[in-house]
Amino acid sequence: MRTTVALTVLSFAAALVVGTAVAACRVSPVPPLRWAGALWVELVRNTPLSVLLLLFFFGFTKLGVVYPAFTSAVIVLSAYTSAFIAETVRAGINAVAGGQAEAARALGLTFGQSLATVVLPQALRTVVAPLGGLFIALIKNSSLASLLSVVDLAGVADRLNTATARPIPVFLGAAAAYLLLTIPSGVAIAFVERRVAIKR
Amino acid sequence: MSALATPLGDALGPRGRRRAAAATAVAAAGLAVLAVLAVNRLADRGQLAERQWEPFTRESVIRFLLGGLGNTVRAAAMAMALSIVVGALLALVRLSRRAPLRWLAAAWIEFFRGVPLILLILFTGLGLPKYGVDLPVYWYLVLALVAYNGAVFAEIFRAGIASLDRGQGEAAAALGLTYGQSMARVIVPQAARRMVPAIVSQSVTLLKDTSLGFVIVYEELLRRGRVTGEFFFNPLQSLAVVAGIYIVVNLAMSRLARRLEARQRRRYRAGSIDVGGIEDLAVVGAQGRAAAAAGAGGL
Repeated sequence: MRTTVALTVLSFAAALVVGTAVAACRVSPVPPLRWAGALWVELVRNTPLSVLLLLFFFGFTKLGVVYPAFTSAVIVLSAYTSAFIAETVRAGINAVAGGQAEAARALGLTFGQSLATVVLPQALRTVVAPLGGLFIALIKNSSLASLLSVVDLAGVADRLNTATARPIPVFLGAAAAYLLLTIPSGVAIAFVERRVAIKR
Repeated sequence: MSALATPLGDALGPRGRRRAAAATAVAAAGLAVLAVLAVNRLADRGQLAERQWEPFTRESVIRFLLGGLGNTVRAAAMAMALSIVVGALLALVRLSRRAPLRWLAAAWIEFFRGVPLILLILFTGLGLPKYGVDLPVYWYLVLALVAYNGAVFAEIFRAGIASLDRGQGEAAAALGLTYGQSMARVIVPQAARRMVPAIVSQSVTLLKDTSLGFVIVYEELLRRGRVTGEFFFNPLQSLAVVAGIYIVVNLAMSRLARRLEARQRRRYRAGSIDVGGIEDLAVVGAQGRAAAAAGAGGL
């Protein structure tokens, strides 16, 4: 269970940074960055997470890209989630009233300044709820790390299951553990949303 | 989409244009360097060698992989159809007027939505046989997919129904329609339209999730890709090909979802619904709202 939490928190933090950067690229006035951002999002988002995990862990070793299972899982989970975060943040940016960006321009702020100090803070607050949804999805997705034999919750359940003849209690236990993570997260997200979110 | 379509720009002034041009040059150069480095690395490690890619021109390999795709689609289609039925039933119970039934459905939905799919697949595939259930692997996978996606679809349906104006149900009641009649003739037909993009979105997710079937040795695309990789010692190429196939199929489906949503917004001036906890859907929903806020379909 600790492994699951660590996987989730590390990956989400990284994905938030990468995803926001990708979203910034996609709205920037620099065409190559826009294309690169779009390419990243479409490629990553449309590939199953399991394929990405195996590709990275078993395929990229051929390129000399070799990391231990846990690190690989964090890298792939971050990459995968970042594509979804990028799209969510971009939607948030689009939802910020145009006058805000125009006012920032009128004050003489550059693109980077207006994005960082005016638009993004509002955009992020708009999309708290969808981001929370992605966090919960990530908790569940982290179970795929068991494919790389990182021993997280699902991996534990799988091992217990092969060892015991009574799978139902084992699976109910693992399921309960996940619910113990996802349900309070949902409550926490709703709380944060009430505090900071901007309704539009 | 031109630069002007980004919300952060009116047309740039002369200084901004110079800056953007400089940034474009730098970014293009940087990306080109990255691409060259990647290709070099691939070449250095012999991963671009013809030997590594040649298998994918053989008819037997192509047929093997396409067969895997066929199995993936077969499982996904069956799971989708059953999930929609199960989801509709669950949603109806969830909205029933008998409180205990409502709670039961709510608990069922929250449980299966909150549990990782892989756990369900491991359970049906490895757990059920120990209780004397004996089915082809196909059905273990479908069963797990339905258990999970049925709950998700139930939430989609409920959100769709909840998104309708209360007045619709009240008006139906005022006309003397029974609960069942008003559901069947007034509520559901209207709600169904709003759900279509969400349903297609979730179908993309479902198709991707079908790849988890390989953990219980269902012969789907990912498993066959791995087998190919082990047989020809080219896991990188095999898995890349598999990823490519998924991307093509899913892009086609996503495009369909977007088109449906755009058409719906034109026709009914109603955005799609928004259901938390579904990755793709969070995106579609947020974009829908954003576009609605902007007052123009800029998707």
